[in-house]
Amino acid sequence: MKPARLACLMLFVAAVPTSANKVYVTNEKSNTISVIDSDTLSVVQTIKAGRRPRGVLTSPDGKLLYVCASDDDGVQVFDTATMKLQRTLLSGPDPEQFALNAAGNLLYISNEDSSEVTIVDVEKNQIMARVPVGVEPEGMALSPDGAVLVNTSETTNMAHFIDARTFKPIGNVLVDKRPRYAIFSRDGSQLWVSSEVGGSVAVIDPHSQKILKKIRFDVPGLTSEEIQPVGIRLTADGKTAFVALGPANRVAVVDAQTFEVRKYLLVGQRVWHLALTPDEKYLFTANGNSNDVSVIDVAGLRVIKSFPVGAAPLGIAVSPH
Amino acid sequence: MMKARPDFFALRRLFRIAVAVGMLIAAAKAGAAPANEAPANEALNIDIAFVAHARPPSPPFVLDPPPPGEGFAGANLAIQENATTGGFIGQNFALTDIELAEEDNPAEAVKPWLDKGVRLFVVALPADEALALADAVRSVGGLVFNAQAPDDRLRGADCRPNLFHTAPSRAMLADGLMQYLAVRRWSKILLVPGAGAGDALFAEAVRASAKKFGVKIVAEKPWTFGPLARARSDAVTESDALTFSRGIDADMIVVADEAEDFGDYILYRTSEPRLVAGTQGLTPTSWHPTHTAWGAEQLQNRFIRASNRRMRPIDYQAWAATRAIGEAATATRAADPQKIAAFLQSPSFNLAIFKGAPASFRPWDRQLRQAILLAQPKSLIGMAPQPGFLHQRSTLDSLGVDESESACKSKQVTR
Repeated sequence: MKPARLACLMLFVAAVPTSANKVYVTNEKSNTISVIDSDTLSVVQTIKAGRRPRGVLTSPDGKLLYVCASDDDGVQVFDTATMKLQRTLLSGPDPEQFALNAAGNLLYISNEDSSEVTIVDVEKNQIMARVPVGVEPEGMALSPDGAVLVNTSETTNMAHFIDARTFKPIGNVLVDKRPRYAIFSRDGSQLWVSSEVGGSVAVIDPHSQKILKKIRFDVPGLTSEEIQPVGIRLTADGKTAFVALGPANRVAVVDAQTFEVRKYLLVGQRVWHLALTPDEKYLFTANGNSNDVSVIDVAGLRVIKSFPVGAAPLGIAVSPH
Repeated sequence: MMKARPDFFALRRLFRIAVAVGMLIAAAKAGAAPANEAPANEALNIDIAFVAHARPPSPPFVLDPPPPGEGFAGANLAIQENATTGGFIGQNFALTDIELAEEDNPAEAVKPWLDKGVRLFVVALPADEALALADAVRSVGGLVFNAQAPDDRLRGADCRPNLFHTAPSRAMLADGLMQYLAVRRWSKILLVPGAGAGDALFAEAVRASAKKFGVKIVAEKPWTFGPLARARSDAVTESDALTFSRGIDADMIVVADEAEDFGDYILYRTSEPRLVAGTQGLTPTSWHPTHTAWGAEQLQNRFIRASNRRMRPIDYQAWAATRAIGEAATATRAADPQKIAAFLQSPSFNLAIFKGAPASFRPWDRQLRQAILLAQPKSLIGMAPQPGFLHQRSTLDSLGVDESESACKSKQVTR
C-alpha cells in the first residue's frame, strides 16, 4: 500500500509542477499578503506586509514581489522564493498603484495624497523624478514599448500621458468620473481606462489621444449606480477583456474587438482587481467586501471556486513562471 | 440705512480672496495640447463667491461650536481640485470669500461682486436669505448653491430656477433615518419636537417619513421644559427628562432639536431605557468624520491637511457645490451660468462624492441626489438608501421628495 501511494504522489508531482504559479493578494485592512497556489487554488501562505498594502506586482523574472505599503509611504520588496522582506524602497507619500518597466529597474508610482507620480530607480533606491498630475492619482500603465506612461487621476477625471524618458507631460484625456485603472493592449494600440463612478470603460487610441469607444455595462436587476468598473485584464490575443464591476459583484467579459459585453460572471462582493495566469487558464479576482478571491475558468467563462483571504483584498498579481 | 451704501460694506467687511492657482498649471501647460480637446489658448475664468455670515461665538457650554470658515474651507478645497483639472485644459478657477456680519444683507453684499461679473454663488445662509439672494441675482443670470439650509420649502413651493441645493433636505435626512428603523424593525417611536421653528419642520419631516416607511409614531411629546436642558442640568430638568416619556411603549425616541438643547440630555435619563435618534444620538447627515469608505478617507485627509480640523457637513456641502460647478465648467468648456445650470440638470452630469453612488441634481427641484450617512458621534452606523429600498429611477430617489410629489413649479431653468 505504502509504496503504491508514494508512486501515485510522485506521478502527481511529476505531472504538474511547471504550470504552478503563485498569486499574490494584498489585504488592505489586515496588512497582509495572501499567497495562492494556482494549481491547488488555495492559500498556501499569509505574509505580514506594511500598513495598508494596495498595489502589487512581480518583477519580470518573478523573483521579486513589489507591494505599495500606502500608510508606510514605501514600496516593500519581497523575495518570492522565501517571501521574506528584502528592503523598502522610497515611493513618495501614499503610494497606491504602480507600473514596472520591462527591464525591471524603474517603478512608476502614483502618490494618491500628493497628486504626483514618483519614478524610482529600483536598484539604487533613488527617486528619479516626480511628475505633478491631477488630484488622487491612481491607475498606472506603461506602454509596451516603454515610451509612454499613463496615470489616471480619480478626482481630476483624466488620463495623463507622460513621456516615460523625459518625464514631461504630453497630454491629458478627460474620461468619465473617478478613473481607477489603466492598461495597454499587448500591441500598444489601445489604452483601456475604467471610470468607477462614471460607470464606463474608455478605450483610447494612445497615439491620437482620442477616445475610440466608451463601453457601458447593464446588469439586469442592478441600478447603474451599482456598476462601478475598476480592474481590467486583456488577453494576449487582444480578443477578450475582463472588467471588474466593483459593488455589482461581477466581472464583465467584453469582446475586445467589437466592444460588446458578452457575459457577466458573478464573483464576490466589491470586486477590485484582477490577475490572469500567464497561460490564461485562470482569472483571479480580489473581492474587497466579502474578503475572498474568486477563480474564473477563462476557457469556460465560469466561476469555479471562491475562497477566503485576508480583510479587504484589493490588489492581485500572478508570478510570471 | 446701511443698505444704500454698498461701498461702506466693502470697506468694513474683510474679504478674503482666495485665488487657487494650482501648482500644476505650469506643468500642465508645458505639455502639448491634448489632441481631442479644443485648443486651450484662451484661458477661461470661472469665478465663484462663497457667502456666509461670520459664525458668532458660541456659549462656552457648546462643546463643538461651528468653527470660523465653516463652509468656506470646503469650497476652498474644491476650488483647488477644480483648478488642478482646469490647469490641464486652460480653465482658471477663483474663489472669493464674502463673509457677512450678523446684520448684513447678502443680497446687498454681493453687489460689488456682481459688478465684477461673478455669477456663481455658493452660500451657507438661512433659508430666507438664500431665497432672497437667488431672487436678487436671477435677473443677471446668477446661480445660487444652497450648502446649508435643509428647508423643504426651498425645494418645494419656494423653489427657484436658479437655486440649487447640495445640503440634503430635512425630508431626505428623515427618510434616511426611517429607512434604517424600518430595516431594524424598530417600528414604534416617540417623537419629541423642540420649541424651535426648525424643530417643528424636522418633526414634520419625521411624521411624513414614518408614514412612508411604515414606522409608527406611538406618541408625540413636545419638549416643553425650557431651553438649555443640557447646560442647566438641574434637578427639575432631570426629573422632567425622567418622567415625561414614562410608560410609552416605544423602541426609540426621535428628537427634533436643531438647537442641541435637550436631545443629548434625554439619552440615559429616561425612566425606561430608550435609544435616541434624530437631531442627536443616531443622526442622519451628509458627512461625518467616521466615514472613510468609498475613497472618503482621501477627502477627509485632504481637508484636515488644508484646514487643520475635521470636515463638517456644511464644509462638505460647500465642497460638493463647488465641485459640481467645476465639473460642469470642465465638461461644457464654459463659464456661462446658464450653460452650467442646464448641464447640471441634464442626465449627463454626475459627480463623485465619496459615498459610492454618483450624485446628480433632481431636475424637478435641483436637489443633489446623495446618500445619507447614519452616525453616532464616534461610529458610523449605516448609509441610506438602505438595501432593499428600490426606486424606478435611482435608489437615491427613495430619499426625499420625488418628482410626482414635488410642489416645485419651475422645472426648467429660464431667464
